Amino acid sequence: MSNFFDKSDLARKDAENIVSDTLKNCDDGELYLEDSKSESIVLDDNKIKSSNYSSDLGFGFRAVSEEVVAYSYSNEISKESLKNSAENLQSTLKSIKGTYKSEIPKSNKKFYDDINPIEQKTLNSKLEVLNKVNDYLRKKDGAVKQVTANFLGEHKSIEIIRSGGEAITDIRPLIRFNVSVMLEKNGRKETGVYGIGGRQSYDDYLKNDNWKSVCEEAFRIASVNLESKPAPAGEMKVVLGPGWPAILIHEAIGHGLEGDFNRKKTSAFHNLMGQKVASEGVTIVDDGTIDNRRGSLTIDDEGTPTERTVLIENGILKNFMQDRLNARLMKTRSTGSGRRENYRHVVLPRMRNTMMLSGNQTQDEMIKSVDKGIFAVSFGGGQVDITSGKFVFNCTEAYEIINGKIGSPIKGATLIGDGPSILKEVSMVGNDMMLDPGIGTCGKAGQGVPVGVAQPSILIDKMTVGGTKL
Amino acid sequence: MIKDQDFLKAKAVYCLDVAKKIGASDASVTIGHSISETVNFRNKNLDESNRSDGLAFSIDTYIGKKKSSISSSNLLNENLDILIEKCYETTKITPEDEFNSLPDKNLLADKLKDLNIYDNTHIDNDKKIHYLKELENIASEDKKIINTESSFTEKKTNFILANTDGFCSGYKTSSFTTSCVAVAKDENSMERDYEYSSKRYLDDIKDPQTLGKLASYQTIRKLSPKKIGSDKLSVIFDKRIAKGMLSAFASAISSSAIARGTSFLKDKINEQIFSNSINIIDKPDIIKGLGSKNFDSEGIKSGTLNLVKEGVLKNYLVDTYNGKKLNLQSNGRSGGTTNLYFENGKQSYDELLKTNSKCIYITETIGHGSNLVTGDYSVGATGFFVEDGEFKYPINEITIAGNFKDMFKNIFLANDLDFEYSTNSPTMMIEGMTVAGK
Repeated sequence: MSNFFDKSDLARKDAENIVSDTLKNCDDGELYLEDSKSESIVLDDNKIKSSNYSSDLGFGFRAVSEEVVAYSYSNEISKESLKNSAENLQSTLKSIKGTYKSEIPKSNKKFYDDINPIEQKTLNSKLEVLNKVNDYLRKKDGAVKQVTANFLGEHKSIEIIRSGGEAITDIRPLIRFNVSVMLEKNGRKETGVYGIGGRQSYDDYLKNDNWKSVCEEAFRIASVNLESKPAPAGEMKVVLGPGWPAILIHEAIGHGLEGDFNRKKTSAFHNLMGQKVASEGVTIVDDGTIDNRRGSLTIDDEGTPTERTVLIENGILKNFMQDRLNARLMKTRSTGSGRRENYRHVVLPRMRNTMMLSGNQTQDEMIKSVDKGIFAVSFGGGQVDITSGKFVFNCTEAYEIINGKIGSPIKGATLIGDGPSILKEVSMVGNDMMLDPGIGTCGKAGQGVPVGVAQPSILIDKMTVGGTKL
Repeated sequence: MIKDQDFLKAKAVYCLDVAKKIGASDASVTIGHSISETVNFRNKNLDESNRSDGLAFSIDTYIGKKKSSISSSNLLNENLDILIEKCYETTKITPEDEFNSLPDKNLLADKLKDLNIYDNTHIDNDKKIHYLKELENIASEDKKIINTESSFTEKKTNFILANTDGFCSGYKTSSFTTSCVAVAKDENSMERDYEYSSKRYLDDIKDPQTLGKLASYQTIRKLSPKKIGSDKLSVIFDKRIAKGMLSAFASAISSSAIARGTSFLKDKINEQIFSNSINIIDKPDIIKGLGSKNFDSEGIKSGTLNLVKEGVLKNYLVDTYNGKKLNLQSNGRSGGTTNLYFENGKQSYDELLKTNSKCIYITETIGHGSNLVTGDYSVGATGFFVEDGEFKYPINEITIAGNFKDMFKNIFLANDLDFEYSTNSPTMMIEGMTVAGK
């Protein structure tokens, strides 16, 4: 655990007093302290291209009164700096009246260990794995023209000090290992990318030469794409594979169910609580409590323990995801969804691991039922317009389906749909729910946070596929 | 107050001295400071105020051809000592890379031009609030507008870049940015749109009335959109998204993508990649320019580049490392383009709209559908159906797709270029794209 005060002229007691004084008439707020270390080691073009280490320390001080948030941060933890921030907050909130007295719930559960993944594996052994990846892929096939592999590791220690002196802490490890490979054959170039990760040590993910299966998967995707034909254009049936394609759920549904957009009534879902928003059999949860997952958190960035929040149950909209501010204004409770990228940012309600649960049909049944459509196995990024509800995501591995059979691979195409209605078009839910491999980062209001997704195979009766072939 | 040059220089010199003392053969360090103050409004009331004050330090240490880097926000000398030592230790065990080196001394910037990119004016929060009140009063006048969110940010930065070859330089910049996002609703739909203004000088930003009116108008006109059928059509890109084509082009000609072989524009120097009416320029010394700079992130002087002349690709964007790989001299583009733009076309905006009896006019795209290895492009889009030069009705939930290689050859530009961003395009038409809808 970082001691934020031992190298500073700011004593813990002083900090507690400044926090209590500043927030005494506010609805909410806290001092958030953060010490993070991160590393990035990249092999590219046959060489170790970069080896970066970063260390970041700072605080963010927040005061909330009614709907107004005043925020000030600094990367200097000192008495003067905290006092300046306190003055800045007070000058913004000129007429404060606050009474919110919601205690932070307590929990002893932890969803990952207090480890520092960066220190747990030597730089030499990381370099060795990256070089093995490069040699393995380049020897595997002459078509391999470029290999990029990288390790990303992070160790983040946070402390939240609330009015009255209550202190809540968490240590958050996070790692990611990625391989990208480019193949060239008959004048065509295609890439394949695959990665794994979560909140454990590098070696937990790399045991049994697991780096080889990451290489194989990246290579397989690139090989499939070398044979791809132009994608069709227009409305058709779409079968989504299990796991990572659940970023559709994240974009189409997830963002629209975040508390802030619904309090402000700018989400297409704001007036649909308790109503049917999905086909029967569709249940979606947002879960921060799965051990060691990328999107899991022991506590959120306001100190609230995370939970498994049921968003949609058997087609009916049940809950939004809430931080303390939006929960208070919507007269409900925080779901432990208050997150921030780091101390430079205010808290917003965000997703953790967003999952559609299994039904009882098989992927085979889905494919067989489709006369003309596409089968999407993997995606790149996605995006949503919260207000109109329209969302997109980009296929990185997809096939055409003709007369109930999987046909040729097709080129990357954007799929576009309408969030509030897409889940009503889900006509089959598979029995094969799978978690993604641990690679997702969600962006909102300029803040990126690690998230997870999961889903079984699903059949969507109607979606627009943005290919080039009419 | 933003830290002055002397403070940053002293830190930079300290870091270089430490690196040299412990055994680094070369080093390059950047020390930066930035202060920004933002006020956010929502529905005519104060919503959030945000002040940030941050120092940043990053260093590359070299031992011959070995290189490693470290960055931190903690500039206490005691912390810098520990980190530079750690960086040096990492450098020792990092393999050699023959292309690693400091930039060529002869190319370093010597004299700094005054580009008028720092306005010392400070606008206090009460004045920001006054601006935002006026803005939101206008923006929410129409009853169809059900939500407005606007913000005003003042940002000041200063930095020093120094290396062990004696380079030591930096300068202040400022920006003032205001924006308004409106949400409109009718019986059929709810839509969102925005307007924004970002300038180096406070006096140059759009007045609140203009900004509010535009945000409101652009949002309301999107209400009750239709979905059109799939077709091959000409697509017109509004200026605010046409610049995205230039950004994709810039990524594809970065020396890193070229050296790695992962760009569809590799080996295309001196080839016709656009129609012969197209010229693309990257000009770093535009007075008050949002992308203006005296030198790139390595200290190399940036000069004007004619990237595309009469449709022919003339230059890549070259930094020192990738330049060595490609046998090219750096042209001062480590860190990317500066003020990048298409030169004006010959037709007016109205003439462009009337080129075809029907076309679509796109005001927003969503998704990350550009594949720079293959050139394939496919994104979600929102806009208007245009017939005989007139906007007929709003459209959404469609995609537009093509391949950059074909799209670039079919670009036609209007003559309405202005410099609202660091990357700028006149209104653009691309013929023969695939539109997928119903």
